[in-house]
Amino acid sequence: MTDAGPHTTTHPEQPVRRARTTRRSGERVRWWTYALLLLAVGACLFPLYWMFIVATTDTATATQLPPEILPGGNFFHLAGLVFSTVPFLRSILNSLIVAGAIGVGQAVLCSMAGFAFAKLTFRGRNVLFLVVVLTMTVPTQLSVIPQYMIVSSLGWVDTLQALIVPGLANAFGIFWMRQHLSSSLSDEIMQAARIDGATTWQIFWRIAFPLVRPGAFVLGLLGFVTAWNDFLWPFIVLKSPEMYTAQIAIKALQNSFSIDLGLAMSGSFLATLPLLALFVFVGRRMVAGIMDGAFKG
Amino acid sequence: MTTISPARSSLPAPSRAGSPRLGLRERLAPYAYIAPFFLIFAVFGLVPLLFTFYVALFDWNPIGDHVFIGFDNFTRLFADGRFWNAVRNTISIWLLSTVPQLLVALVLAHLLNHARLRLAVFFRMSMLVPYITSVAATAIVFAQMFDRDYGLLNWLLGLVGIGPIDFIQSMWGSHALIAVMVVWRWFGYTTLLYLASLQAVPRAIYEAASVDGAGSWKQFLHISIPSLRPVIVFTIVTSTIGGLQIFTEPLLISRATPLTCGAVRQCQTLTLFLFEQGFGQFRFGYGAAIGVALFVLVVAVATLNYLLSTKIRAEKKP
Repeated sequence: MTDAGPHTTTHPEQPVRRARTTRRSGERVRWWTYALLLLAVGACLFPLYWMFIVATTDTATATQLPPEILPGGNFFHLAGLVFSTVPFLRSILNSLIVAGAIGVGQAVLCSMAGFAFAKLTFRGRNVLFLVVVLTMTVPTQLSVIPQYMIVSSLGWVDTLQALIVPGLANAFGIFWMRQHLSSSLSDEIMQAARIDGATTWQIFWRIAFPLVRPGAFVLGLLGFVTAWNDFLWPFIVLKSPEMYTAQIAIKALQNSFSIDLGLAMSGSFLATLPLLALFVFVGRRMVAGIMDGAFKG
Repeated sequence: MTTISPARSSLPAPSRAGSPRLGLRERLAPYAYIAPFFLIFAVFGLVPLLFTFYVALFDWNPIGDHVFIGFDNFTRLFADGRFWNAVRNTISIWLLSTVPQLLVALVLAHLLNHARLRLAVFFRMSMLVPYITSVAATAIVFAQMFDRDYGLLNWLLGLVGIGPIDFIQSMWGSHALIAVMVVWRWFGYTTLLYLASLQAVPRAIYEAASVDGAGSWKQFLHISIPSLRPVIVFTIVTSTIGGLQIFTEPLLISRATPLTCGAVRQCQTLTLFLFEQGFGQFRFGYGAAIGVALFVLVVAVATLNYLLSTKIRAEKKP
């Protein structure tokens, strides 16, 4: 993580390339390496394909044996049924609002806190950072009952801010942004800016944040994905169908699963589609970001 | 290696040059940067955690009264067969999901680390697709594939003469099904973590081994595995903390009895038991007591991790 910077972020495969050019006589990749990797790719993608198959066939086809392995023509019928059974469009919108706010919020708040821990001097800094690190190891799920009581006393039950506000605190994100900031912002630049009369706030927004924007972007993406897919907490605090996120809407569809087998599957597929579309564009950066934030050596 | 262990968390002190000229406003500024996190964490993290211990001492009904009953909830909990059943299920599902996941990730990371591999980006991206798929969608599609009557898997098993297996209604079947979902979701992510760690190992070591006639398997065993030790410990810890929180899968695979995951609670995990007692039966006190039990388990795991990682660090010293 110490060598994490814009350079490694944009060229995750760089070591591979370097090795390829300097080591022409290296051993060949065996066929079974590809066979095993393709098997893994198949295992990763098949369930999504199967989701699509069942989401496009009527119940009679979906339950026939041998199973149909090609998409049927029932997709729009089932999709229509999804939208009429639950306010699905609304739930997708709710998910976008919640995940978007959490993604952006985490990127900004974690960059700010990471900046303070990496570059500012203040009393109690080491102790407070230790607290941040320790909070990463405590699963919040075990205290859902008091969490619900607090949200309830704030009058936030069945609102989206009950999901957004608690989701903004991300200890891992602070840890991650601190790493990025301590490696990419030098003390000399900080001093130079101070001598020129810049305030801490100006240094953060004009110098620090632009430097670590790639890292903050990936952090925001991970926050978005996690929030989009969250289930337990929304399941507890959301009560009315208009407030449902996409995941809770899927659960509501599943309750009518016995009527039409493809219905819950169609909902699942439609709720996964936005993330798949996002992944096509930013998947490469997510992979690089996860590997960047990982352990090295 | 970058660990999250406290030992490494001490920070290099940045230069204090120019600080005498800073006004009060600027000297207080650092706290403003960390305040949002600590405020939110205090209200939605720390206070609920401490409050869990408090509520656990009461017979607490959300709309009615709450009566102080001391440690009665815990006495009842330890005598409750459903609690031990949930502990057993949680540990069983955790073992069934963690061990295969880490083994598969080790092998795949080793394969992906090949210097002359083509399509490397495609392989890496594909393996992250399960991670972006929601647990809810995953549970629904896997429950369908493993269905007794219409499932793809039972149809395939039928072709080779194995009778239909009722995965969801049997204990081992439901545990295996949940484990498969967890493995599917996380093995690609873990593979990327391992791969990143492997790429930090100098290529020259592999080349030297290759020259000395060590094949792929021997390189895997004697170079890859030892250099991955720290990250393996990390993934064991994270998958344990994740494993203790498994909730959505058991809730969604058993449609008729979601809160207990089956008629005989064959796949009810601790978190699902907590949810059932707290939000199904509205016994907040008893639910909080289950939360405390979960906390004790987490602390035990964290302590084990600490002992394990200090042992590894001690072994590394010459």
